[in-house]
Amino acid sequence: MQSYADIAKGDVLLSVKDVSLSFGGVKAIQGVSFDIRKGEVRAIIGPNGAGKTSMLNVINGFYHPQAGEIMFKGIRRPKMKPYEAASGGIARTFQNVALFKGMTTLDNIMAGRSLKMNVGLFWQMLRFGPAEREEVIHRRRVEEIIDFLEIQAIRKTPVGKLPYGLQKRVELGRALAMEPELLLLDEPMAGMNLEEKEDMCRFILDVREQFGTTIALIEHDMGVVMDLSDRVVVLDYGRKIADGVPDVVKADKTVIDAYLGVAH
Amino acid sequence: MFYREAGQFKTSYETDHATFPIRQDQIGIALILIAAVALPFVSSSFAMQTVMLPSLALVVAVIGLNILTGYTGLISLGSAGFMGVGAYACYKLTTLFPEVNILVWILCSGFFSAAIGVFFGLPSLRIKGLYLAVATLAAQFFLQWAFVRIPWLYNYNPSGAIEVPLRYLPFTEIAITGPTASLEVKYLVLLAFVVVLTWVGSNLMRGRIGRSFMAVRDMDIAAQLMGIRLLDAKLMAFAISSFYCGVSGALFVFIYLGGAEAGTEFSIRLSFLMLFAVIIGGLGSMIGSFLGAFFIVALPTILKFGAPAIGIAITGATAEKIVFMTIGALTIYLLIVEPHGLARLWQIAKQKLRAWPFPY
Repeated sequence: MQSYADIAKGDVLLSVKDVSLSFGGVKAIQGVSFDIRKGEVRAIIGPNGAGKTSMLNVINGFYHPQAGEIMFKGIRRPKMKPYEAASGGIARTFQNVALFKGMTTLDNIMAGRSLKMNVGLFWQMLRFGPAEREEVIHRRRVEEIIDFLEIQAIRKTPVGKLPYGLQKRVELGRALAMEPELLLLDEPMAGMNLEEKEDMCRFILDVREQFGTTIALIEHDMGVVMDLSDRVVVLDYGRKIADGVPDVVKADKTVIDAYLGVAH
Repeated sequence: MFYREAGQFKTSYETDHATFPIRQDQIGIALILIAAVALPFVSSSFAMQTVMLPSLALVVAVIGLNILTGYTGLISLGSAGFMGVGAYACYKLTTLFPEVNILVWILCSGFFSAAIGVFFGLPSLRIKGLYLAVATLAAQFFLQWAFVRIPWLYNYNPSGAIEVPLRYLPFTEIAITGPTASLEVKYLVLLAFVVVLTWVGSNLMRGRIGRSFMAVRDMDIAAQLMGIRLLDAKLMAFAISSFYCGVSGALFVFIYLGGAEAGTEFSIRLSFLMLFAVIIGGLGSMIGSFLGAFFIVALPTILKFGAPAIGIAITGATAEKIVFMTIGALTIYLLIVEPHGLARLWQIAKQKLRAWPFPY
């Protein structure tokens, strides 16, 4: 595992500068800046309604901020559509599982490879030659991910029938199938029991280790956040109130106040 | 017991994702194909004309609608209109260029229908569900209007109908359309179209394109994040679906009916019937498209001619009403209880067969 000193020196993969986002009169994010360095696990935490999910939506192009700029891989990013963010190398999982419910685990993860498949309609119609070869190549990669996440047994089960913990795991698999540079995880451990949480933590660390993926995650379980992440950014009411290594953030007066409330 | 894949090991991904990975299925489909080819020589010409020909022609359109509604999740009520486009395109093409074989024109008419389908599919990016159904309904009414009001489409025939000319199989003297075409030939031509288009459709739906359609249906936001462009996927679905509808319309008029007036044939009633066929057969299933189309076509015939045969006196008009009631009730029942329709029942049967004689 990389130490904090390594990461602090690392290249900035994504930086968010003075980003503000509002929906009508509601200011979801106000002048937030932070950066995500290559290879780190970056946590975004904060109380409910702090703007964490909005922040992820800004990063992967669902929302366009009214002010501020986003630099990804050193290039200032124009307004982009979610599929452009996807082809740029940003993958994402959702707070409430957003799997393709009618499809099998295998098809879900294969769908994650859509961007990498490009054989045209003609060969697809015949399912022959290039189409068949491409299908097998990607199937092989998908099977590696299935092995990695230990979900071989549910390969051909429609995901709608799976228990919640496994659905979360399949969703992680689908995001990994995109071979992203930056993986955004929105509450990957919400609603899980202790054992499932531990499994998920192990997968997240292994993903970083094996694939070298940079990870930004939102999580409410403070134990998990403090153990997993290299750096933490804390949002409250759309503003950034703290940013740094877990130990510093944990001791920060404003963070404690935001979570526990202030005595008046 | 008879349907058990134990001992059939898959050693490569090719065999694992083959169209029919299980040996019993391969044998089954081969038997069905042989039976289908042999059918016209053993079956009565009445059953062929009233059930088999219209079912096979409609199967193609139902597969098309299933690709749009079942696989991509976009409801369309314009499918009969798109069938009409295919029929008229084929009529214009074969009267303008009679030297080109009719089979080529039947396939080409699908492209005209696809283009019209893409145009009417454009609103699907912004509107979903019921509102999209209404938008496609507009397509249905506009197209129906065009078929009646634009005499150029039916070559200014005083009857206002398509008069199917005599056309032959390539390099032979065997008629496939027109009054002298024999039932057997018509049936086998239809069968060939159905087999090829089903195979192509199933290939498409199991590959990247099919997965992107289902992804759009199940969770369009996540689909975008996988790099799937919604507009492309939806328009592609409309194009493929309308292509199938167009080919089906051309087959329906040229091979089954042998002449048609679009105002009556390609009406909203047919659009609804096809949507019901998709729901009854099974959303998002190829085999369901077959079951649904055969059900919709066979039910009226069975009621009208089957019931008197076993001694139940029933008039044609009553049978018609019973058909509508049955289809309506069944559609509602299936929507609530089993959205995967008859295809799901077939799957359950397979599951039971696997364990038979044990309960599980």
